[in-house]
Amino acid sequence: MSGNGQWLDRINPTVRAIKPSGIRRFFDLASEMRGVISLGVGEPDFVTPWRVREAAIYGLEQGYTMYTANSGLPALRQELARYMAGSFGVSYHPDGEIVVTVGVSEALDLALRALVTPGDEVLVPEPSYVSYLPCIELAGGKPVPLSTGMSNGFRLTADQVEKAVTPRTKLLILCYPNNPTGAVLSRRELQAIAEVCAARDLLVIADEIYIQLSYTQEPVCFASLPGMRDRTVVLQGFSKAFAMTGWRVGYAAGNGDLIGAMTKIHQYTMLCAPITGQMAALEALRSARDEMREMVRQFNYRRHLVMDAFKTIGLPCFNPGGAFYAFPDITPTGLSSEDFTERLLREEKVAVVPGNAFGDSGEGFVRCSYAASVENLTEAFKRIGRFVQRYRKYNKKLNWAGN
Amino acid sequence: MVPREETPVLIKGREFLNCYEVIRLNKRQEILELLACNPRLEPKTIATMLEMTEEEVKNIITELEANKTIFGYRTLINWDKANKEHVLALIEVKVTPQRDVGFKAVAERIGRYPEVKTLYLMSGAYDLAVFVEGRTMQEISNFVATKLAPLDGVTSTVTHFVMQTYKSEGIILENGEEDHRLVMSP
Repeated sequence: MSGNGQWLDRINPTVRAIKPSGIRRFFDLASEMRGVISLGVGEPDFVTPWRVREAAIYGLEQGYTMYTANSGLPALRQELARYMAGSFGVSYHPDGEIVVTVGVSEALDLALRALVTPGDEVLVPEPSYVSYLPCIELAGGKPVPLSTGMSNGFRLTADQVEKAVTPRTKLLILCYPNNPTGAVLSRRELQAIAEVCAARDLLVIADEIYIQLSYTQEPVCFASLPGMRDRTVVLQGFSKAFAMTGWRVGYAAGNGDLIGAMTKIHQYTMLCAPITGQMAALEALRSARDEMREMVRQFNYRRHLVMDAFKTIGLPCFNPGGAFYAFPDITPTGLSSEDFTERLLREEKVAVVPGNAFGDSGEGFVRCSYAASVENLTEAFKRIGRFVQRYRKYNKKLNWAGN
Repeated sequence: MVPREETPVLIKGREFLNCYEVIRLNKRQEILELLACNPRLEPKTIATMLEMTEEEVKNIITELEANKTIFGYRTLINWDKANKEHVLALIEVKVTPQRDVGFKAVAERIGRYPEVKTLYLMSGAYDLAVFVEGRTMQEISNFVATKLAPLDGVTSTVTHFVMQTYKSEGIILENGEEDHRLVMSP
């Protein structure tokens, strides 16, 4: 299937250089097995609220099967402007300052392509979502990872940003609540980062896909901080909070010129987000917020269960304030992230994601999603506990032998 | 435990109830809601979920049971699957209310029959909605003819037999939605 090698030479070297996904191998392995409990899933276990699905079906029945305006349905943009003002205290004009995209993934790509010129440096906290680095490279930029660790709760500090800035630094990507760690930043910490951005003239891509899933503090939209509205492009979406991953609807909000530039790329590459998804999103904003809050509540319950489970098992785990991930330190088992993942899958049939899939600073950790039922979580942690105990013993023996 | 250093600030005019409000929900209420969905949850699990001690949860449950806020724990069974002969009927009952006690005296008399599973006083065209369970339609007909209709104060009855249960106690009986998610995704 891989051909004769000639084809590889024809592929754009930038694309060739992009590392394959770190989870592919485990995905293939897990897909072949039966009875796997997966904590490796980056999406809610809830199905989209019925009223939203029903509205989409009705839209189809009414014949809404065509293109929409490039920037999205006007009614949706108006509702989004109201929502962002009401929920996050930041105002955008529905005409010109908001563009509806095919998920936040597209919005991220648009923002990077609209802003990055070849050689620009983009600061990315790490561990980070898997798309940032490849998208920066595809846009011709140079990713500069800012490593965060468990000792600091995987928080990015203003100081780190300050130290990483060079004359070529143009952009900072922020993703809090964070995938994969679940870390959140307080208003104070964000404020400190905002001051560095203002002083060093950095622009910010704020990936706020998990903003509603914030359990320990009020959710803060980065653009709502003083002076940040005009430096920030906010990316939010429906996937996580409204359990709408497959509908592929996200949006970007920011300065009119930037949104205009992004819309230009969007118009030539995507034309518009699918109308059925947009109609579903509109209904979600209008009438499914109770369901959203209920889902958030359930995630929070499970967060407590998972933290308790890691404490019992004896794996150090920082207490995540948002998203639906826990990011335990698995070094007490003596295994690398990938070994842990593979053996846990083969021996106990529990799927997690190795931390190094999210950057080098994720080594020694795995990502466990708690977007799973309480029953499945309970069973999964029974298995993980058994597994860890086995390897801890083995590891101790090895250490003894080594000494 | 969860850091609580920052008190939630709700800015006036914001329509979004953030998660803080969710978290601040009355613990008693939360325990009730959890048990309403799943009475088999162990107090220890509930305690972890709500960041309480097991003792606190047990005490609250005991108190709620004592004051009859929690008045029972039942298992939802799809009897059709259990091959049990089983008929459910809704009987609309019109009643002449009595001086001083209104509908209550009649309702109490009706409610004492074990075949009456659920009993509501209704607004609208009739007064009492009586859900009756029996092994056969004949059994329910007999109950209506010999027990319910002749009661003092009952002026009329209309019996509707349930033909199929699609959803009960908030739970859809058939074709629960399966997990269609990919086994792993970033």
